[in-house]
Amino acid sequence: MSETIVIAEIVKGAVHPTTSELITAANALGSQPTVIVPCADASVADGAAQFSGSAKVIAAKSDVFSNYDAAGWAAALDAVAPAGVLITSASPQSKDLAARLAARRGISVVQDVVKIEGGNLTSPIYSGKAMQTVSLTGDAVVSVRPNVFDSSGSGGSGDVSVVDTTGNVATAVQEFMARASTRLDVAEANIIVSGGRGMGSPANFSHLEAIADTIGAAVGASRAAVDTWDEIPHSMQVGQTGKTVNPNLYIAVGISGAIQHLAGMRSSKYIVAINKDADAPIFQHADYGIVATWEEALPVLQSSLASMMS
Amino acid sequence: MANIIVLVKQVPDTNARIVLSGDRVDLSAVKKVMSPYDEFAVETALQHRDSSGGEVTAITVGGAGADKVLKDAKAIGVDNIVRIDCDAEIDSNALQTLLAAAVSSLGADVVYCGKSAADTGAGSTGPGLAERLGWSSVSNTTSVSFGDQLSVVTPASGGNARVNVPLPAVVSCDKGNMKVRKPNVKGIMQAKKAKVEVHSADVPASTISIVSHSMPPAKPAGKSYQGGAAAAEVAQLLRDEANVI
Repeated sequence: MSETIVIAEIVKGAVHPTTSELITAANALGSQPTVIVPCADASVADGAAQFSGSAKVIAAKSDVFSNYDAAGWAAALDAVAPAGVLITSASPQSKDLAARLAARRGISVVQDVVKIEGGNLTSPIYSGKAMQTVSLTGDAVVSVRPNVFDSSGSGGSGDVSVVDTTGNVATAVQEFMARASTRLDVAEANIIVSGGRGMGSPANFSHLEAIADTIGAAVGASRAAVDTWDEIPHSMQVGQTGKTVNPNLYIAVGISGAIQHLAGMRSSKYIVAINKDADAPIFQHADYGIVATWEEALPVLQSSLASMMS
Repeated sequence: MANIIVLVKQVPDTNARIVLSGDRVDLSAVKKVMSPYDEFAVETALQHRDSSGGEVTAITVGGAGADKVLKDAKAIGVDNIVRIDCDAEIDSNALQTLLAAAVSSLGADVVYCGKSAADTGAGSTGPGLAERLGWSSVSNTTSVSFGDQLSVVTPASGGNARVNVPLPAVVSCDKGNMKVRKPNVKGIMQAKKAKVEVHSADVPASTISIVSHSMPPAKPAGKSYQGGAAAAEVAQLLRDEANVI
């Protein structure tokens, strides 16, 4: 097997824990990876040096990494990374980077990998309605879904070498618009509380928001809810034509489980379904299914979670 | 006047059930449609033309069966339709090489595409094409304004960023608040008569090959409860059994 290189996942200027899952994925490909940390300040790389399973950690230091720019990041990382199989997270930003890096090297990219076995890579296709397993001949860039591989654990040497790099940045951020609420976006959250048309009205989403705020979750919605109510924006939509998510916990309330919704959330680690219709397809995918109206179930869920969190 | 290209892809209807035949997906009974995000790319391309003048050319890669997606784009209002003739299973490197050659030979100020295709969900084509062309790119845009450079809105950690993108550029489009225009009778008639410009392709070798397709692993049956009071027990299990709270 050729050399593996992990590009550390950076969220809000720090190394994200999913980086250790990328190291596990590299180990599954049969080698101890070089971990490259894109950063403007080399101390950020200390966050990656604690993970075990890697051969070495390099802080790729450049002002380019202050803001995300696909072209600039790809150029600066390409200059630092040796040849081999490059591994990134499958977050939206890192998938974009993976595609840029692969194209820069004239190699192929395999996105959203959820399984590595015998050198073959498996990813969901048709938003998870089927799986595709591919083999690599030669170098490639591979993005790995978060929350799928185990962490490689801590116990790394802590050693970091620093390499200065640079790239041309073409795009320019004019303005940052923070979300009005402090609630996470469904694409970023580890827990998602989603509502469907069964919620009856957009105003009733306030009950989902209350639960989300209790446990630090994002609020999502089905396509039916987004299409029916103008108050529910497309940015909340989970499903094949919305966002594909795989949080640790997905709570579906008043969502029947249309095939295109299932496609976007079925890979969630745990699924709770609350629906008054016992025959709703969502129950076939739920780890915990509650046949009840949301009016009955949500106040109980809210108070139980609140007392656990306090 | 802008020379605008939009990339479109034919995919199985997103409501279709996907079945296997042996160890490969069998799409023979499945209706094919334009990938939903490509509809937003077409709409953005047409808005760009409405704003600055010029022409929109839709490109797809595929066999003769893919002409339909081009006719659909024509019916909505694109000016020219081009198919790069390639019916083989190819990897991202081969695909982007074909597209980069076509965009270079046609010439363009901007290329729009969907943020990902509904079949692979990969989202590699836009940024990969831009890198090959040496252009700037921005992905997952929810709003695009047109001028000497583009001003787009794209997700950033904790919110959204308004970003200036110099041309030439490749823009991968998300839905945002966009309403896409529908084909009218005149458009449909024009699309029927329109001729697809077919480019022959020198297809590079792929280094990634498909080993097999399979169904997602079945989930073991979960626990089920009657009545809202059970939510208290479920909450406790989420902490004690699932360890997710």
